[in-house]
Amino acid sequence: MSSHGIRDRVAIVGMGCTRFAEHFDKGTDDLLREATSEAFTGAGVRKEDVDAYWLGTAQSGMSGITLARPLALEGKPVTRVENFCATGSEALRQAAYAVASGAYDLAMAVGVEKVKDSGYQGLNAFPIPNDGTQRSLTAAAMFSMVAPAYAKRYGVDPNEMKTVLARIASKNHANGARNPKAQFRKEMPVEKLLAMPPVAGGLSVFDCAGVADGSAAAIVCRVEDAARYTDKPLVIKALSFVAGNGSGLEDPSYDYTQFPEVAVSAADAYAQAGITDPRAELAMAEVHDCFTPTELVLMEDLGFCARGTAWKEVLAGTFDRDGELPVNPDGGLKSFGHPVGASGLRMMYEAWLQLRGEAPEDRRISTYGKRSLALTHNLGGYPGEMVSFVGIVGV
Amino acid sequence: MRGIIGWGAHVPHWRLDRTQIALVAGAGGGKGHRAVASYDEDTTTMAVEAGRACLASVDVAPASLWFATTSPAYLDKTNASAIHAALRLDRSATAYDAVGSVRSAIAALRATGENRKPALCVASDVRIGRPGSPDEVNGGDAAAAVLWGNETDAPLLAEFVAYAGVTEEFVDRWRVPGDVGSKLWEERFGETKYVPLAAEALKTVFEYAAIAADSVDALVVAGLHERACAAAAKASGVPAEKIIDRLADTVGNPGAAQPLLLLAHALERATPGQTIALLVLSDGADAMVLRTTDAIASYAPHRPVAAQVMASAPVPYGRYLSWRGLLPVEPPRRPEPARPSASAAGRATDWKFGLDGASGVLADQRGTITTFTVDKLAYSPSPPVVFAVVDFDDGQRLPVELTDVDADEVAIGMRVEMTFRRLFTADGIANYFWKARPLRTESDDSAERTEEAS
Repeated sequence: MSSHGIRDRVAIVGMGCTRFAEHFDKGTDDLLREATSEAFTGAGVRKEDVDAYWLGTAQSGMSGITLARPLALEGKPVTRVENFCATGSEALRQAAYAVASGAYDLAMAVGVEKVKDSGYQGLNAFPIPNDGTQRSLTAAAMFSMVAPAYAKRYGVDPNEMKTVLARIASKNHANGARNPKAQFRKEMPVEKLLAMPPVAGGLSVFDCAGVADGSAAAIVCRVEDAARYTDKPLVIKALSFVAGNGSGLEDPSYDYTQFPEVAVSAADAYAQAGITDPRAELAMAEVHDCFTPTELVLMEDLGFCARGTAWKEVLAGTFDRDGELPVNPDGGLKSFGHPVGASGLRMMYEAWLQLRGEAPEDRRISTYGKRSLALTHNLGGYPGEMVSFVGIVGV
Repeated sequence: MRGIIGWGAHVPHWRLDRTQIALVAGAGGGKGHRAVASYDEDTTTMAVEAGRACLASVDVAPASLWFATTSPAYLDKTNASAIHAALRLDRSATAYDAVGSVRSAIAALRATGENRKPALCVASDVRIGRPGSPDEVNGGDAAAAVLWGNETDAPLLAEFVAYAGVTEEFVDRWRVPGDVGSKLWEERFGETKYVPLAAEALKTVFEYAAIAADSVDALVVAGLHERACAAAAKASGVPAEKIIDRLADTVGNPGAAQPLLLLAHALERATPGQTIALLVLSDGADAMVLRTTDAIASYAPHRPVAAQVMASAPVPYGRYLSWRGLLPVEPPRRPEPARPSASAAGRATDWKFGLDGASGVLADQRGTITTFTVDKLAYSPSPPVVFAVVDFDDGQRLPVELTDVDADEVAIGMRVEMTFRRLFTADGIANYFWKARPLRTESDDSAERTEEAS
């Protein structure tokens, strides 16, 4: 495998993120202007100074014009990218590689999604003409199959399993409650979560990511130029991406207790960054907790703990904000909300705040000042048919 | 010699308790149950199921297919071609619709019976009427198939002996295309027409067959005019105990499917050397005489009628009405599915209709549920969606929707078989594909038939 990465060659020098919420009073244009404006201001640059733009949106607009028009960009290359729910990370990956190649000095990655204009709850993919044999389950139902499979394989009592999942949601709600930009800012005790009625398999709506509108943005340049824009750049250590081929859906050996695409992208990212013990080396991780069982399995796929042990680690508080390895200190998809195209950059925004010591006191990770690396993990698709991004940054 | 070389039937899983009708409709109802096609069944899918049951019992490839119904999924477009595709018949096998009245079923039965090659007749019906109407109460949903052939194709189970028919124009019931139910003329009028027509047809066919009415071992009478059917049977000269039960209390009258369903039911109860007479009253009278052979004793029908009648579950009247589109309930707050692409479906016919995957045909296999989920959020014509990952006995896997199932009864390890269904309808296009259903009627379960025959 010749995934060389661009370790220590590109830096993030400015970021912006809107509040994630049901922004019935804001359109895609408003969200884009708000997120990019914060990033421009932070880096002390004007839109004209940025040489190229990458816009990630799953279905809130087509083509680069979706960004060029609200920002009134003149003669700039703007590329729209889409990679399921990993769209925001994909935008960052492309912008970073463009700068690393030398093609541009300064590039911006923007992610946006305006999901609350559909009139329906949840996320809805626009239909691509097909033969009508595709399954029509919600993502919640697809991921709900992970919980019983995991419980069965590792001998976890079904009731204990429910507690484990509620513990994950409760942790992310506790983190989101301390985050002014999060969609849900209310703590949810485990007992209350356990009483929620199931809507998909054993999952209640409180096991699902918040459905929100929002936008986030990052400005990248070559590491040697970073000091021009900030004295605390976030240096990219690894950007890894894997698109599964969907074979898991038809593979009888696939048991819904792991996501192979994630394990492969994580191994690649750790190799790029030179990380051998992620649990000990990472200061924090933002992971794609689209549903509570997803976060559970990700702890193992990302190598934070051994197979079959994540449920115990969750109960032990290992991934709490004051635990050994804080996971989703900003509230995660669960509590911060999930505007599809923006989520990957929102994760990076939390790394930006935490590693640079800008996260408020009551949300600061326990590892601050002791470790200097953060991981973002962003996936799209379903168990058996998934894309996975793993990024690692450091200060 | 020409004869029947196989048969199969499909009685849907669901039953409506007729006593529930008057509680809601304020009128109608009665005793017993009627069979109800599920929300994901139509006359085409039920015909496929009956055809599959038939072809699973006899290994002969039909050279033609005739499909009869009073309730086609499409007009202008042939419906039999979808059945042809789902049965994975050869391209050279021609498929035709015989659509409109119960008599269409006899037309199809004769067209296949008088053919020279193996020919499959399938009849299927979903009978609806306005809430509280006699047609709603008396109707039933079902399908049946009969495969005709020559001695050289397979052992004849019942030889064709004779046919006679008479035609007469009169209006005892009528339905304008698009109407929910039929309208009926005063019942007595039809009865005075049909009883003499029946007598005339039976007299002629018994003459052709050179038999006396009292020597008939089983008389099947089919037709939408219930009183006329009963009166014609009574006047036939065939002893009362030889008249085949019309399954009124368990299935109801499945219209164009009734002649074949009752014939299949009669064949499943028959012993070698018996004479079976089929009488159909529909704008005239058609009568056919068949004689069973020794081979019928060793024929094991896949999913016998009696077993399917037993394996059922109740559906509440309100849900039944919503399934038939007679009670428009609040749909799930999800976008309705887009219509399937005709060209994409055309390229994928082997998969979509034949469930012929990259590693072999899954349609006729059984499998085991590896994991499952119940989705109360996803769009469905009848939520919730019950969905499972199924591992088939040949090692293939398919994540697929379940049907004919109560969400609470699903369990890991449950055995399932495949069934052809209509997933949804969008822009008028019926989106056909396969689902899995719990295995309830074993194909090799011939105990019941042996018992009845003895």
